[in-house]
Amino acid sequence: MKLLVNGKPVEAPAGSMVSAAVALAGAWLYRRSVTGEPRGPLCGMGICFECRVTIGGKPHQRSCQIPCAEGMEVRTDE
Amino acid sequence: MTDPRFDVLVVGAGPAGLAAARRAAESGARVAVLDDNPTPGGQIWRARPEPARWLSGYQVILGARVIAAPAAGCLTVETLQADFEIGYRALILATGARERFLPFPGWTLPNVMGAGGLQALAKSGLPIAGKRIVVAGSGPLLLAVAGYLRGHGARVALIAEQTERAALLRFGASLAAHPGKLRQAVELRARLLGVPYLTGCWPVSAQGAERLESVTLRRGAKNWTEPCDYLACGFGLIPNTELAEMLGCRIGASGVAVDDDQRTSVPAIFSAGEATGIGGLDLALVEGEIAGYAAAGRTREASSRFALRQQHRRFATALEKAFALRDELRSLAAPETLVCRCEDVSYARIRACSGWREAKLHTRCGMGPCQGRVCGGAVEFLMGWRSESVRPPLYPARVESLARSGQDR
Ligand SMILES: Cc1cc2nc3c(=O)[nH]c(=O)nc-3n(C[C@H](O)[C@H](O)[C@H](O)COP(=O)(O)OP(=O)(O)OC[C@H]3O[C@@H](n4cnc5c(N)ncnc54)[C@H](O)[C@@H]3O)c2cc1C
Ligand code: FES
Repeated sequence: MKLLVNGKPVEAPAGSMVSAAVALAGAWLYRRSVTGEPRGPLCGMGICFECRVTIGGKPHQRSCQIPCAEGMEVRTDE
Repeated sequence: MTDPRFDVLVVGAGPAGLAAARRAAESGARVAVLDDNPTPGGQIWRARPEPARWLSGYQVILGARVIAAPAAGCLTVETLQADFEIGYRALILATGARERFLPFPGWTLPNVMGAGGLQALAKSGLPIAGKRIVVAGSGPLLLAVAGYLRGHGARVALIAEQTERAALLRFGASLAAHPGKLRQAVELRARLLGVPYLTGCWPVSAQGAERLESVTLRRGAKNWTEPCDYLACGFGLIPNTELAEMLGCRIGASGVAVDDDQRTSVPAIFSAGEATGIGGLDLALVEGEIAGYAAAGRTREASSRFALRQQHRRFATALEKAFALRDELRSLAAPETLVCRCEDVSYARIRACSGWREAKLHTRCGMGPCQGRVCGGAVEFLMGWRSESVRPPLYPARVESLARSGQDR
């Protein structure tokens, strides 16, 4: 499955979540906290909201709960 | 109010929820199961084949989270695309558990994750092969996670278990009464040959510029630093009781309070699995079966499993004792260490408050998108405060979903 993460093409295995695609693109900063600290996934199960990214222009999506889809555009650090 | 569309509605598609749904459906009830995850199985059966055995005779609604309860017998559910209401005659809350996170300097750095958290992310495709990983915290989950990570090509540097060796040995001896668990433990240990399992050891800080580079550990009088790519760190599990609380169910010392039939204090609402107390897979399954039968009115079948449940509960009690958190962990957070990661609230600011209410009001601790699910367990351990009220929405919800759940009130 091909996705774009911050404009960079990545190939994610079928069944993987957007959180994995971000890591596969070599990124580790998913979002910045209210005081600007870099943050990445913590819980892996949808409760911490630290893995939020922008998917297809929609901000604040929990990347660990959303399956990758062909052609998806993902942006981190927004 | 909506018509009851389902005789039995189950929230949570983990082992407890699936067992409940299966038994209720076999009893002739019209059943549906809802889960926030895009696949069934809950935590332990994430990306595993086991759920297939339990999936038949009922409807499964995935990628759907319950956010409110506008009236008795009705829940508001939100999915990525839409929101809707769903009616029930009996409700089974099988919402499971989450990890307890404790704040220490550096714990907010990217690549410091939960232990079960890193495992879940790896199961979802996060690449771990060749990565150097320190597994730390407390509980049998650390061993399961280390075994999984190693089996998938990670270099597990060590496992740091905060509990003392003596407590573990006592627990090990009690396993003799549970041969199945003993076999699992032995198999796990074999998979982890060569990986140091350090008891009485815990992380004191994590270091890195923009992401994790190393973790400093303490054992006895010794402190040392381990370079690593990931720190997988969780201090046991805490039950997800928020939905039960919102519905008015009584919460006991270990989780949602239930009677012999897994009935909560609210009529027609049952609860099963780790939402009612931490106990592992076997207990979750048998509690789910009992709740499923009882919710469908088959109390004889339910009571035929009480003895088995009692046996698994004894194991849960031994587990809780063996992995009790040590006092030293209360002094890990420095004054400037963030406790609330959503609103970036430091330990010093929380300590200056008299209780949860004041902390929420003055610092916004617990008021961000996770709604205290992460900091709540830490604040409870550090300060002894328990959050008292849960109000809808249970998760940050879209404005449309909220408007809708308000209309029916
Ligand atoms: C991150 C993590 C990893 C774990 N890994 C292991 C392991 O590898 N081995 C092991 O032996 N044990 C593991 N455990 C312990 C595990 O919790 C139990 O063994 C078992 O999964 C408990 O089953 P359950 O059905 O009670 O809950 P769970 O399996 O936790 O299932 C609860 C389900 O409810 C859903 N849910 C909760 N609230 C809502 C809501 N409001 N709306 C919709 N859905 C909701 C959740 O998405 C979840 O799928 C893990 C625990 C955690 C927290
Ligand atoms: S990692 Fe916690 S919500 Fe995604």
